[in-house]
Amino acid sequence: MNKVATREAYGKALLELGRKNPSVVALDADLSGSTKTKVFGKEFPDRFFNVGIAEQNLMGIAAGLSLGGKIPFASTFAVFATGRAWEQIRQSICYPGLNVKIVASHAGITVGEDGGSHQSVEDISLMRTIPGMTVIVPADGVETAKAIMAMGEYTGPTYIRVGRAKTELIYDDSYDFRVGKADVLKEGDDATIIACGVMVPEAVKAAAELLAEGVRAGVINMSTIKPIDYEAVIKAAKASGAIVTAEEHSIIGGLGSAVAEVISESCPAPLVRVGIKDIFGTSGRPDDLMERYGLTAQAIKNAVKEAVAKKPRKV
Amino acid sequence: MALAVDSIQGLTRTACTIRMDIVEMLNKAGSGHTGGSLSAADIVTALYFHKMRHNPSDPKWPERDRFILCKGHAAPVLYAALARSGYFPLDELKTLRQFGSRLQGHPDSKKLPGVEISTGSLGQGLSVSCGLALSGKMDEKSWRVYALLGDGELQEGQVWEAAMAAAHYGLDNLTAIIDNNGLQIDGACSEVMCVDSISDKFASFGWDTISIDGHNMEEIVDALDRAEAHKGRPTAIVARTIKGKGCSLFEGKVEYHGTPPSDSELAVALKEIGGRQ
Repeated sequence: MNKVATREAYGKALLELGRKNPSVVALDADLSGSTKTKVFGKEFPDRFFNVGIAEQNLMGIAAGLSLGGKIPFASTFAVFATGRAWEQIRQSICYPGLNVKIVASHAGITVGEDGGSHQSVEDISLMRTIPGMTVIVPADGVETAKAIMAMGEYTGPTYIRVGRAKTELIYDDSYDFRVGKADVLKEGDDATIIACGVMVPEAVKAAAELLAEGVRAGVINMSTIKPIDYEAVIKAAKASGAIVTAEEHSIIGGLGSAVAEVISESCPAPLVRVGIKDIFGTSGRPDDLMERYGLTAQAIKNAVKEAVAKKPRKV
Repeated sequence: MALAVDSIQGLTRTACTIRMDIVEMLNKAGSGHTGGSLSAADIVTALYFHKMRHNPSDPKWPERDRFILCKGHAAPVLYAALARSGYFPLDELKTLRQFGSRLQGHPDSKKLPGVEISTGSLGQGLSVSCGLALSGKMDEKSWRVYALLGDGELQEGQVWEAAMAAAHYGLDNLTAIIDNNGLQIDGACSEVMCVDSISDKFASFGWDTISIDGHNMEEIVDALDRAEAHKGRPTAIVARTIKGKGCSLFEGKVEYHGTPPSDSELAVALKEIGGRQ
């Protein structure tokens, strides 16, 4: 299967958007080779600002550029963007409601060898809690490119999470990305897997294997985590009666929490969350780490069976 | 265009009016920051009633100069200047800090026309000012950015990230003014965490610097003109000020950092400030 790193797709899409829209500017904090903003910087040196190793200033300068009518894309690793500069994002970007796009790469444990210090397992949670912030976690390179292009027309502070490792493509160019709209990849009445990011291809695999075992599991790509597609979650909870969430992120505060909030209030159903269980990452090869932290199709299958077993028996 | 009050004496009188507005609105609000609003009154007056090109009837006028109150807790001085310029009715000053008011405890750009960006969390405004100045440079605009910082605020590391960037990008359309009143909530800046040699610090980061008496209107106006004339580098004006300036009850007293004037203090303050007009 064809594999593309979502950060690579970001770099190319940003360049394309920059060619279309002269207001687009890019900022980085000395990681432009890794986040791929360098691609934009090479073609548009006058619209690219490498602020050095200064993430707080990165967000503030992006806010100022937005005030001046630019559409800034600010990039660095997810752990620094959302951790070190959280308050700058809150105060200087979201509180005044500025149109700044934060595209953070190297999210999750697929960072790999750099280890736990660099593996952001909290960024979705940190961004989701800020009022007015949109949070997008694309599932593959195609969706990343579509999401970046959509940002040209989407006003307001937005966080987009991309990854370092090459991951499977699940979409082709005909895919229609819309902010806030979940994509139902597969229907199923035994349970529904709601996944984001690199866990979407794992969810697709899990559902196929489950079907061979006689379990009909649906799959939803919830690429917009905020504002979450309430309707899609409720519909899935009603139709299948059991939900599994899957994310390369802590089970606290991320997709699992967002889905739990919706179903517990509007359509209670058994829920099992696949994700990182309140621990930090560690050094290793991405594939090994995904295995070690239980972020695999097999883990999703087990979770689906657990969720199905929790369903109230029909009398 | 901006209300023109062209004489130094006229500006000094306007600063007294701004100070009276500040103490009155803080007394009415029952909370807020007296000392740091009063210390900045002359600087803010010079900007809004002399230096800056702005248009109160069109707050978003694209060619306006931009003012960013990095020390957002001094909101009353900004509100007084905006109201006296004509951005909103003077009566609205009485609503400071009340539920439903556009005059939030710290400036909110989503609520109040004339506020360029919400501030209040110290240390962030200079970065935003840099970004704004950068956008002006990119578009070859002649408008300038004025950032007013507190001296205690300089303890925030982000200020120095921004200082480095402003010099790196040659932002000569940016003027930072430091309200150097020497006091912060917990005491003298020199005792809490020394921020001395402010001019030297900015100079070593690649800025032009000008040191002035922040209550001498002639010096303020002259420094703002000189800053505009400097090319290739941003300018930091270090304005030596007195916290609570204008009323003997508050001057140099750290207790009035975040305490509003009581009714009796207000009477004294209005008399003393009015006596200077």
